[in-house]
Amino acid sequence: MIFSYDLLINAIVSGILIGGFYAAVTCGITISFGILDIVNIAHPAFIILGSYVAYIVNATFGLDPILTAIVAMPAFYLLGAAIYQVYYVSFEKRGQESLRGLAFFFGVLFITEVTLVLYFGVDYRYVEAPYIGPALHFGMLDIPLRILVPCLVSLLLIVVLQLILTRTFIGRAIMAVAQDQMALRLMAVDPIRIKRIAFGISIATASLAGAFLIIIQPVEPSVGREYIGRVFAICVLGGMGSLPGTVIAAMLIGIVESLTSTFYGPSWAPAVSFGFLLLTLAFRPAGLLGR
Amino acid sequence: MRTPLFVLIWLVVGGVLFAGSVALGNDYIFFAGYVVLQYVVLGTAWNILGGYCGYVNFGSAAFFALGAYSTVAIYKFTTGDHAYAIAVPIPVLILIGGVVSGVVGFGMGYLTLRLRGSFFAIATLALAVVLETLVVNWDYVGGSRGAYILHPEEIAPIGNYIRYLFLIMLILAIGAITVARVIERSRLGYGFATIRDDELAAEALGVPTLRLKLIATTISGALMGMAGAPFPYYIGYLQPSSTFGLDYAVNSIAMPLIGGTTSWVGPLIGALLLGSLQQIATVTISSAVNLLIVGVILVAFVIVAPNGIVGLVHTYLQRKPDDFVGRRPVETDAPGAVP
Repeated sequence: MIFSYDLLINAIVSGILIGGFYAAVTCGITISFGILDIVNIAHPAFIILGSYVAYIVNATFGLDPILTAIVAMPAFYLLGAAIYQVYYVSFEKRGQESLRGLAFFFGVLFITEVTLVLYFGVDYRYVEAPYIGPALHFGMLDIPLRILVPCLVSLLLIVVLQLILTRTFIGRAIMAVAQDQMALRLMAVDPIRIKRIAFGISIATASLAGAFLIIIQPVEPSVGREYIGRVFAICVLGGMGSLPGTVIAAMLIGIVESLTSTFYGPSWAPAVSFGFLLLTLAFRPAGLLGR
Repeated sequence: MRTPLFVLIWLVVGGVLFAGSVALGNDYIFFAGYVVLQYVVLGTAWNILGGYCGYVNFGSAAFFALGAYSTVAIYKFTTGDHAYAIAVPIPVLILIGGVVSGVVGFGMGYLTLRLRGSFFAIATLALAVVLETLVVNWDYVGGSRGAYILHPEEIAPIGNYIRYLFLIMLILAIGAITVARVIERSRLGYGFATIRDDELAAEALGVPTLRLKLIATTISGALMGMAGAPFPYYIGYLQPSSTFGLDYAVNSIAMPLIGGTTSWVGPLIGALLLGSLQQIATVTISSAVNLLIVGVILVAFVIVAPNGIVGLVHTYLQRKPDDFVGRRPVETDAPGAVP
């Protein structure tokens, strides 16, 4: 095989950009799984739901998908809060989250996917926006705007989330509830309310991640499944509850996947994240930035 | 009841079932019955790890497909260019499929079971995606195009080939519930139960938890692979995206949880009920709707009836669980929990 440097550089840059998008996909899991210890395997299904909301609004009103997603965030927040309430009452309170809670989220994932299939079919859907299509050229480097824009907005999202978690009362309470629920109760804060808010936020990010997804690639209901392994791999590799760790891990996996698909073919890319997941679990379960 | 007697009773029940189906003379019963029995095996296999140990395996489809694809690989290897030649009998293929899936289950378990339970669940979820990637890229077993498996129309003593496959699956199902029942009543089963109820306490009392979990994962994975091994002969055309489909995963979780996870009876009831319901719904409504039904029933059951149908029957009869199924207590809730 002839080795080409511009291929290599292009692969690395697009890996970093895709990694930025992966960070947006994963940050919800970082909050729900990493911080709250709720194994929300249905998260990718909510991302696909976000994609379809962006698609419907874009197809009927021609609105920008990212703008739509930001407007839809409160609705996703409420959805998340409601799901947490059901989860809390049915499983966490009874101490059954490990088996039945997981099965519950699996059922939610399945119901969402099948409902979308029944309603929209398995055709690939896409959105239209001015930044889909053109690309920036720097010498031999090509940067498609459809990947650059989601990456930048996604990094912005992570910064906002990090500020919320470290600077606001609610954010600090969220970090605290992960460490000691009882202590929080003694401070006269209702830990269940804090967890509900945190889970709501985590689902709200799925709205935006869904919009990014449908900007980057056409979407059909089962696309979300590819992301399950990926998001958990990134979350674990990044050190569970750490947002900066999530960004680093997301870019790392983005680069390796991009190199794999450039030099070995795209059909091998899904195996990358699984390899990372197993290696991390086997050798460094605490992740890159884990405590 | 002693195990040989148990097996004998089920063999008689199975024989009556088979004879009855033959007497009805409609081969569709065998096609539908095969799928239901296959789910009995899958559900029982899932329950050995999920119900007895409390570790969730989302990769049932992956283990099932491993069995199916080892059959395809052997078929391609043995037949070569001259089709119609079944060199390896199906029972041997089932054993091979079981060994392959068991080994993969052991490996997965070894890497992830030392950590928190949720890591294992996530890893199994990703396993299906990765194995699908491998199969799609492996042209020898058909790649993404899929693979055709040809079988003869008739087989010597039994007649129609689908009857033969049905009989094999029937024996496999009886084998699976026997294994589950033997485990349930052995030291191994008590060990599994301690892991499910309180792993830390079990570890502190000297229960070799990792070893027990690995045994459970291996047995469970092997049974799933065994269920998958005859599948290519049943379906005739094996294709990655349907073999690794989420419906196997969701069904093998839903059936034990709906039936009840603490004994071998639960998965059996769940699989017979849900499996038949799906067969009816597929014919009368549509196959997408029947998957939706499974998802909704699963979520409803885990929220409303956490101990499944067996649990509901117990509550209804107001009897101690001991004299109903097995000697093990029904799953206990966390301290201070609402029953």
